[in-house]
Amino acid sequence: MEFFKIRRDIPFMRHALVFNIISFATFALAVFFLITRGLHLSVEFTGGTLMEVNYTQAANVGKIRDTVAGLGLTDVQVQNFGTSRDVMIRLPAQKGVSTAQQSANVLAALKAADPDVTLRRTEFVGPQVGEELAHDGLKALGMVVFGIMVYLAFRFEWKYAVAAIIANLHDVVIILGFFAFFQWEFSLAVLAAVLAVLGYSVNESVVIFDRIRENFRRYRKMNTIQIIDNAITSTISRTIITHGSTQIMVLSMLLFGGPTLFYFALALTIGILFGIYSSVFVAAAIAMWLGIKREDLIKASAKKDEDPNDPNAGATV
Amino acid sequence: MNRYPAWKYAIIVVALLIAALYTLPNFFGEAPAVQVSSAKSTVKVDTATMARVEQTLKDAGIAASAIAFDGNSVKARFTDTDTQLKAKDAIQKSLVPDAADPSYVIALNLLSLSPSWLAQLHAFPMYLGLDLRGGVHLMLQVDMQAALTKRAESLSGDIRSSLREKNIRHGGISRNGQTIEIKLRDPAALASTKALIQDQFADLQTTEAADGAEYRLTASIKPEATRRIQDQALKQNIVTLHNRVNELGVAEPVIQQQGVDRIVVQLPGIQDPARVQAIIGRTATLEMRLVDDSAEARAVMTGGLVPFGSEKFPDINGSPVVVKKQVLVTGENLTDAQAGFESQKQEPNVSLTLDAKGGRVMRDVSRENMNKPMAILLFEKGKGQAISVATIRGELGTRFSISGAMNISAANDLALLLRAGSLAAPMEIIEERTIGPTLGADNISKGFHSVSWGFVVIVAFMAAYYMLFGLFSGLALAVNLLLLVAVLSMLQATLTLPGMAAMALALGMAIDSNVLINERVREELRNGASPQAAIHAGYERAWATILDSNISTLIAGLALLAFGSGPVRGFAVVHCIGILTSMFSAVFFSRGLVNLWYGRQKKLKSVSIGTVWRPATSGAVATK
Repeated sequence: MEFFKIRRDIPFMRHALVFNIISFATFALAVFFLITRGLHLSVEFTGGTLMEVNYTQAANVGKIRDTVAGLGLTDVQVQNFGTSRDVMIRLPAQKGVSTAQQSANVLAALKAADPDVTLRRTEFVGPQVGEELAHDGLKALGMVVFGIMVYLAFRFEWKYAVAAIIANLHDVVIILGFFAFFQWEFSLAVLAAVLAVLGYSVNESVVIFDRIRENFRRYRKMNTIQIIDNAITSTISRTIITHGSTQIMVLSMLLFGGPTLFYFALALTIGILFGIYSSVFVAAAIAMWLGIKREDLIKASAKKDEDPNDPNAGATV
Repeated sequence: MNRYPAWKYAIIVVALLIAALYTLPNFFGEAPAVQVSSAKSTVKVDTATMARVEQTLKDAGIAASAIAFDGNSVKARFTDTDTQLKAKDAIQKSLVPDAADPSYVIALNLLSLSPSWLAQLHAFPMYLGLDLRGGVHLMLQVDMQAALTKRAESLSGDIRSSLREKNIRHGGISRNGQTIEIKLRDPAALASTKALIQDQFADLQTTEAADGAEYRLTASIKPEATRRIQDQALKQNIVTLHNRVNELGVAEPVIQQQGVDRIVVQLPGIQDPARVQAIIGRTATLEMRLVDDSAEARAVMTGGLVPFGSEKFPDINGSPVVVKKQVLVTGENLTDAQAGFESQKQEPNVSLTLDAKGGRVMRDVSRENMNKPMAILLFEKGKGQAISVATIRGELGTRFSISGAMNISAANDLALLLRAGSLAAPMEIIEERTIGPTLGADNISKGFHSVSWGFVVIVAFMAAYYMLFGLFSGLALAVNLLLLVAVLSMLQATLTLPGMAAMALALGMAIDSNVLINERVREELRNGASPQAAIHAGYERAWATILDSNISTLIAGLALLAFGSGPVRGFAVVHCIGILTSMFSAVFFSRGLVNLWYGRQKKLKSVSIGTVWRPATSGAVATK
């Protein structure tokens, strides 16, 4: 089987400007929604109590809402969670009432209204913990960005590091934009997914950069644009197949992982799709605008005609 | 060129064998069990306890499939939950006759069915997190400021009495937050006070200031002492929590320090957070009182009435002790208790440190009651127990010791009980999670399905697309899963639902390395390389790329590990391990397979790697 029968290098870089404009527009849109709508943060970040209850028959969400409101609690969210029989109740943090009391009260009221209810889980997070989590999340993001940039600058050159990070932060912002636009719940698991995407999608850019470096060594007559086009073309089948495989796993999580893993898998899906796009069209293009050159990468081995490690020396055209 | 030396194959075989061995316990499943552990630090569980449990079960006619003693607890395994519940009742009746005062914790547990030789190799099933097995998770914040304030308060009392002892006149001592302010009238008093604090209070540092005609000396707790006080407070709270959690009858409670001022409590199998909070939040008190040694009081032993003005409490052996109602010193005055060794008499003792107020009372009382017994009572849940009865042998002050008739472990236990009587600092619950048992089981099956379906589809695709090489990749992926499970079992790292998600993701990403290699081999073939050269070049060239991309992914993983908490951490651990194992399986192991299959064939004509499509225009990859 072979899906990719590409006769000649696809001139990706000819349209670099168009891609960059598309990217910028998506990015701007994502930022716009992040600012105007904001993220729908989970209890982990905001603090408060979350209860998940299960009924043997389809739950009457409206009735549950009335029951909970009858307790004098305000700002309570009641919604189905996964199936029609599972219901999630979010209670804001209250002063003076201990959490166990709060969830016990709610459960007692629900039991009184319908004895056929079981508690699946409760979760309480104090407000100070939430703040810390948000803080730590940002710190982790900063560390990831910094660490990857240093590594890429060391292995390649600063231009590549900058290009890869811009491309991948663009992915992250777009994922966040999706979560803001649809008001999907942004939980700790989603944060983990976002950071994993950052590492994963850099991975993608690295593969292409690696090929660019190799091409600079191998094809001494090509100019930078040709080199990049060739690098992308020769790695495109690997890109699609790898992402396809990862996506199969993520899809499996999306389908079988249940509601807890749903948004996690969703964030990964968006991350993978935009990851392909950004590393192919954005990272390489930015690297091109930044003016990558052959001399940047092969200072030491520039004098030699062939890579000494290349067992295939001279075998190619 | 595509041959591995024998030692490389040896590494692969050994790694696979070890991995298989450590993965093995996960397949045996679990059986219902009853676990007997100590509820009090004064009660030891040993082989004698095991014999009692055996005898009890025999008497009740219940057959246990195995009974074992593991150093801290006796575990009896049963074939079904009905027998388990019956056995629990029988053991409860026999070992804990008084339900209000349990010496043992009898808890229901699940035990791995893996054979004992695996356990001897420290091969255990993966440690499941609470979200997979159900239970209560609490995070408590210890109020360190309160601990420091308490300490400053007792220090200010100590300074006051020291100044009085030395006849240094002062214009008042007051505590201002966590600092102590002493007003002094003349420079001589200032100098001697400073000297005194330096001499006797190593925890304090002083600064002085002129305040009109007077002088003001401000003493504050040194930073290193602050750290020590905080550390002690946290440790003491953990010990207290352990004692209280024991009452809940949890098989494997986890009580751990997290960060500087937090404690995490995890109680698998518990479903009632309100009860947990009630027990954890309870306060215990410690009291020192004189023992009533009048004739009437002694008559109580033989069944007489308790005299007026006295009370009866059981001691740790259960025999009654009659003590006076008047409380001399409470736990509030006790600042420290340490087990030690008295050099003169060559016997273990427990040294107690009281604050100034307690010391003053103790001095007066001991002077008047020389050679009379004194009892230390611990009140919990409104019930008192005499944890120590000792005779006063001299004039006691802020520091004194209890000795005689104890061995080292008894001394340690007593010191622990004295310290653990109350919380060193108040705590507040800042995070609470309760996961029902059905949800835990659901989560396991969801995680399992995600991993297995994704795995099957990927392997099927790889085999179809890359033929034999795809099959090798699939095998490598299976090895990766095996290694991942083995490492997680070995490290006994907590596996959570996000961890299972990370496992799925790790497999999805690990295949990337194999795709890189396979594509590279195809490309070499397309460019006209001989099959052997193509395999060699494919692996060699893909390696640099694989290393680069895995390191950048690992950087992200490590950052998550460093800054993540809770679910993120569970994800990050598996993520990082998965990256490392994938380097071994996808590159080293799959190369081994390929070498084994193709390496020996000198005149290899073709390799089974799916279609190697060549453009009609020969050899031109990069023509324009």
